[in-house]
Amino acid sequence: MKVTRRTTAAAVVALTAITALTACSSSDDAASSGSSESAAAPASDQTLTIWLDEQRAPAVEPIAEQFQADTGITVKSVVKDFSTVDQDFISQVPTGKGPDIIVSPHDKLGAYVQNGVVSPIELGDTADQLADVAVQAVTYDGDVYGLPYSIENVALLRNTALVPDVATDFDDVIAKGQAAVEADAKVKYPFLLGLDPKQGDPYHMYPLQTSFGSSVFAQNEDGSYDATRLTLGDEAGQKFAAAVKTWGEEGVLNANITGDIALEAFEKGESPYYLTGPWNVPAIKDAGIDYAIDPLPSAGGEPAQPFLGVNAFFISSKSENKVAATKFLTDYLATDAAQKALFDVGGRPPALTTAYDEVAAADADVKAFGDIGLDGVPMPAIPEMAAVWADWGGAELQLIKGEGDPAEVWTKAADNVESKIK
Amino acid sequence: MSQHETTATDVAPSRPGAPAPGPASASDRGRRPRPPRRIESGTMVALVTKIVLLGLLDAVAAFAIVVMVGLDMWLPIVATVVATGLINWIYLGRGTRLPGKYLVPGVAFLLVFQVFVVLYSGYVAFTNYGDGHNGSKDDAIAAISRAGLDRVPDSPSYPVSVVEKDGELGLLGQAPDGDVVVGTSDEPLTVVDDPTLNSLGVPTGAPGWTTLSLSDVLGRQGEVVDLTVPLSEDPGDGFLRTDDASTAYVYRSAIVYDEATDTFTDGDGVVYTDDGEGEFASADGQVLRPGWKITVGFENFERAFSDPQISGPLLRVTVWTFAFAILSVATTFALGLFLATVLNHPRMRGVKVYRVLVILPYAFPAFLSGLVWAGLMNPEFGFINQVLLGGAEVPWLTDPWLARFSVLFVNLWLGYPYMFLVCTGALQSLPGELEEAARVDGAGPWTVFRSIKLPLLLVSTAPLLIASFAFNFNNFNVIYMLTRGWPRFDDTTLDIGSTDLLITMVYKIAFGSGGARDFGLASALSILIFLLVAAVSVVAFRRTKSLEEIN
Repeated sequence: MKVTRRTTAAAVVALTAITALTACSSSDDAASSGSSESAAAPASDQTLTIWLDEQRAPAVEPIAEQFQADTGITVKSVVKDFSTVDQDFISQVPTGKGPDIIVSPHDKLGAYVQNGVVSPIELGDTADQLADVAVQAVTYDGDVYGLPYSIENVALLRNTALVPDVATDFDDVIAKGQAAVEADAKVKYPFLLGLDPKQGDPYHMYPLQTSFGSSVFAQNEDGSYDATRLTLGDEAGQKFAAAVKTWGEEGVLNANITGDIALEAFEKGESPYYLTGPWNVPAIKDAGIDYAIDPLPSAGGEPAQPFLGVNAFFISSKSENKVAATKFLTDYLATDAAQKALFDVGGRPPALTTAYDEVAAADADVKAFGDIGLDGVPMPAIPEMAAVWADWGGAELQLIKGEGDPAEVWTKAADNVESKIK
Repeated sequence: MSQHETTATDVAPSRPGAPAPGPASASDRGRRPRPPRRIESGTMVALVTKIVLLGLLDAVAAFAIVVMVGLDMWLPIVATVVATGLINWIYLGRGTRLPGKYLVPGVAFLLVFQVFVVLYSGYVAFTNYGDGHNGSKDDAIAAISRAGLDRVPDSPSYPVSVVEKDGELGLLGQAPDGDVVVGTSDEPLTVVDDPTLNSLGVPTGAPGWTTLSLSDVLGRQGEVVDLTVPLSEDPGDGFLRTDDASTAYVYRSAIVYDEATDTFTDGDGVVYTDDGEGEFASADGQVLRPGWKITVGFENFERAFSDPQISGPLLRVTVWTFAFAILSVATTFALGLFLATVLNHPRMRGVKVYRVLVILPYAFPAFLSGLVWAGLMNPEFGFINQVLLGGAEVPWLTDPWLARFSVLFVNLWLGYPYMFLVCTGALQSLPGELEEAARVDGAGPWTVFRSIKLPLLLVSTAPLLIASFAFNFNNFNVIYMLTRGWPRFDDTTLDIGSTDLLITMVYKIAFGSGGARDFGLASALSILIFLLVAAVSVVAFRRTKSLEEIN
């Protein structure tokens, strides 16, 4: 009897297992049998997986539905945390568990290529319809790797109630700013730029730096960056360093003003100027500030070039659906409708020229940022860039706080970076 | 993680050696217990639950095996079969297998979440896994070859269809001169005489060739993407290939892989060979990206101690880590014990309100508190300087020694409620007679505390203090959210600073905030941390045994 009961139990366990298995697998069978008959090769699953962030997901959904209606391929959106998505992508792709497509800022491209996780794509004629800087940003070692969809850069926001006229250069900005501070007790800061008391912010400071003719890496003729030529510590850079120290002493730059504090101060009308990107404009508009978007002022006499950040779709090198993924990118996402939908949710100017023209005609702010972006340089995508930020920001921070000799601090940072890259 | 996880199946029908519960147990008393003949409703539910759960487990295992057979993963299959069989055997049996029923869930979770992680970190420590050495050699070869394909500048595009003859794929396209051409990877393009064109003038069919429909193409995407059709007999003319099965372009290979010699050769005749470090390199040291993951022996450990960029800071970081962990435990325990003693006083009023207030910091997530404190400690706009210190600009987080103090202070704020709870519990379990007896013998409050309470308290709290030490040794949240390990050391190019603990240093190396990611080195350092914490814990637990002898 004992034996009987135990074998009965085992039999029931087996039965449950089989029931569960058939219940789960029956739907798969029905779906895959169709393709396995027609194709000799093992059928790849007809699903494109795409990693994107919460904000962009709703914009991609209708496009994905259209794609499914046309081709029968499901596009599965997976919402990922954007601050760590590049790390996940690099570690997941080699295991075969990564997505087919990822949405990512272009400055991660170098690391993707270095780790062999992205596949080049041929944009063909689409390339001519995209902004040149955008294509340049997704090009690495001569190969195009992504489909860009937006470009972003910083500009100088001016509170028109405090300063009615456009400044000619950065000295003029400071003069006008200080005049505003003296004229109105409510105005506390002549100029705002979001920094951090623990690290500087070379990204926001870069237009000021380039106006001295200083850059971080030398650019080749085709616009790509040469990792072997670090130009950060050169003479122009040292001139910029000296200026940073002066600005720190004059109180134009203040390391204790974080991005949040700067935004809040500008919203309260405590400063006439704020150097920031399009992402802060909605909040400023909501705060009821009358603002103008001015070209970036030159401090050192040469054009002030901001860094351009380009967001793009990239295809995984281990994707088993490259044909479908390429089709989705070039035929469905490089369209006016798709790029405008992405603009509507993200607020960043589209990379597709026709879509940009349409959006810019309707929205003066977009046009203002976009025009400034024409002078910009893509943020370097080379993996060596990861080694630069900490020392670069640290040196700026030190100078803003008025510590050390500018040339010494600056060359030391550059030497540090140089030894890290090697 | 609880290792006492049990399932409903543990209340299995009979427990030999113990009288069965319930009204019938009286009649069983004094006899050898036998399996009960009756099935009570409770055991029935348990039995059904057990069978369903086991059935589901088996189903998952069977499904996993089917998947793994497809991937040729034979070793994992054997492991799955053995593990599943063992679990079934244990739970379907009775009697001597009873201990197994309790041990299996705990052991399984221990294996998955602890042993596997430790072993895998150990394995990674002996590899060069990191940026540039991310995948397998095959992946690297494929990536280099693909990146070496360059579209011939200003070459025309060909509208194409994918066609098939005798199982071999080919491309049917329209050449720029208007001719319709077809070819396969073996046969260069030839002109087709009598093609079918669609309304847009794109060739869609040719005699003798079957045109693949979109769904056929999508079923064979890998083959389509890998298909290269030479333009002519001369390989120098390049070849056609397509990414989207509708437009093809002319490409040339800038670099070619030779399987026989395992080398790459580029257009200038430079040969890149496997240099044994997980990458292809030319004779003059030019390296092709990406490389691949290989085992490197003790290289990572050697680097940790011999590379001057790492070894100097490593020593300082280790000393600070010990200081931080010991001081954190000491300060939190002292404050927690003090408050517990005070609030445990019999004449104290409103004790409950105070206790709630005291444990409040415990309710906030540590990383959130870290961020809030970082804002409070902003030199110019922070609450502490602006309001409490009347506008003084104390660099709480940017001066090396003040930053260390701030980190300890915030950790004290975060950590004392735990110690308070532990000490309150321990104090309340101390027998009151001991204190009374001591008082009768003439001992003052300090002596009572020093000679009676504290030693007794330490018996129960010492293991928790050791656990607290291990926790603070790896207290990532407080450091990373408050100071990020800064202010930076200025004698190393790594992004390491005065308040970095070993664990934040490992994180920075692993995730590349100071340059390239290096999981190998980070794993090697993790193993060193493990050894340090294990050694300290073993020694400390030995010492606490002597405390127990007080009882």
